[in-house]
Amino acid sequence: MEKKRGKKKAASVIAKIYVILLFIFIYAPVVVMIVFSFNDSRANVVWSGFTLKYYKKLFVDSGIWEVFGTTLLIAVISTLIGVFVGTTGAVGLRSAKFKGKKLIMNTIYFPIVIPEIVLAVATLLVFNLSNVSLSIGTIIIGNTTLVLPYVYITVKARLAGMDPSIEEASLDLGADRLYTFLHVTLPAIMPGVMSGAFMAFSLVLDELIVTSFLANAETTTLPMKVYSMIKKGISPEINALTTLIFAFCMVCLLIYLIKWAFDVHKVKKARANAML
Amino acid sequence: MKNNTADSVKKHKEKRSAKAKISSVVMCAPITIWSVLFILLPVAMLLFMSFMTKGPLGRVLYQFTFDNYAEILKPVYLVVVKQSFIIAFWTTLLTILLGYPLAAFIARVKKKTSGVLTVLLMLPLWVSGLVILYSFVVILNSSGTLNSFLLALGIIKEPLELLYTNFAVILGMVYMFLPFAVLPMYSSIEKLDPGLMEASKDLGAGPVKTFFKVTLPLTSPGIFAAVILTFIPCIGYYMVTDMLGGGTSMMVGNLIYRQYTIARNWPFGAALSIILAMIILLMVFIYTRFGGDLDDLGA
Repeated sequence: MEKKRGKKKAASVIAKIYVILLFIFIYAPVVVMIVFSFNDSRANVVWSGFTLKYYKKLFVDSGIWEVFGTTLLIAVISTLIGVFVGTTGAVGLRSAKFKGKKLIMNTIYFPIVIPEIVLAVATLLVFNLSNVSLSIGTIIIGNTTLVLPYVYITVKARLAGMDPSIEEASLDLGADRLYTFLHVTLPAIMPGVMSGAFMAFSLVLDELIVTSFLANAETTTLPMKVYSMIKKGISPEINALTTLIFAFCMVCLLIYLIKWAFDVHKVKKARANAML
Repeated sequence: MKNNTADSVKKHKEKRSAKAKISSVVMCAPITIWSVLFILLPVAMLLFMSFMTKGPLGRVLYQFTFDNYAEILKPVYLVVVKQSFIIAFWTTLLTILLGYPLAAFIARVKKKTSGVLTVLLMLPLWVSGLVILYSFVVILNSSGTLNSFLLALGIIKEPLELLYTNFAVILGMVYMFLPFAVLPMYSSIEKLDPGLMEASKDLGAGPVKTFFKVTLPLTSPGIFAAVILTFIPCIGYYMVTDMLGGGTSMMVGNLIYRQYTIARNWPFGAALSIILAMIILLMVFIYTRFGGDLDDLGA
């Protein structure tokens, strides 16, 4: 018994060491990125002293903020359209019966299963052959198509776990379809909709392939700018920008954790009170 | 009286089903139209373009030909296809081997810890996969972080040539796809009933036997999903090879990209895309045949 416990303990220590090593692998490039955003040398290969000039440049250089704005605009609109089409689709296709439904249901998965570059090329061909000139609109259409299956899948999963009798009950009580959808179905599937939206939004923010194929010469998004700067070998500003975004994400995570710890504390206190 | 009620219920139901029809048409319309216009139509166009002839100055002549497909069989391009599959194979294998234990670990710890670990896992890629790829250039080059570190420790005497090799490409790819591979494996391990492992132990099987006979088969859907999620983007993701690979490590993704930028040969690029899509659809077909769920690929 003693030996078995010792073995188990050793295994758990090894597992912990493994996970820590893997996270070092995952975070080493992040640390390098942060460190080099403060590096004085433009070459970005060797360390040559601390500086904040790239952060200063970032705030002064209006070009990057414009790019940032375009990226956000594309991400927000693509996410909104994707969430609308994906959610109504998941709810509608659940019970609908029509010819070609199976084909449509399989087609929705296409953007996930085929490589992004194939989708990018194919979408470009449609616009090209129908003489639609490239713009922010074409980028948004391409990105929406890309994220649509993610929204559809998460909402579908949520719907599968929902009790259909609550919708029936709403209809029996005299509510119409629209009211039932907005006040019964939608609140029930909201977590799925939100996680789909979040996934879609973060995907579009970092999307390069589809966007660069569907963009005209004037439109640049953050990933496109990053990629072109990297190819030119100039990137401390980009490091600085990414460090800021990273710090923002970390702060959000921390707030979430603190809030959780606070909630746990409250629950425990409530429980203790109830016991008394 | 009884009959009357039954009748009215029937009428009511009929009325409701007619209304249901209208509402389902309204609900299905956006996704149906979108799928037809922006997924089916593009694929049809791609197929059409792959049979067209390349004209002068990157123009397309609308004459039917099989030449683009014949072109792929040229040794120059076959090498690229072979190379792509080798790199994708090693990336997938390494990603699964590294990711499975991590997924198992995340599945075992407390719910809140697992949530935090998942976020920490995804965070670098959410922030920007591209910039992080560039960090690998800084880490791997001959006067970079890793080489300086190893030289200082006296482990190596001369800097290693790590950058612009297939090793660098595979490392970058594993980095990019590890988080996406861990998630489906995690969810299938989490669903596992611990009672089954107990039972296996009680029946006299050792931990190794239990793992191969119970745990692994039961979590295979998650592993399948992880394989698909790594292999497919790996072949098409041209940025990694572009940044970390030398001139020699080209993948099908890079080749397609070239046809639409420098080479300006759209029909050939379309043919390559069609072949790539066919190979991958075949893999996905096998995946679903073996009980894989397409929904697992999106979460």
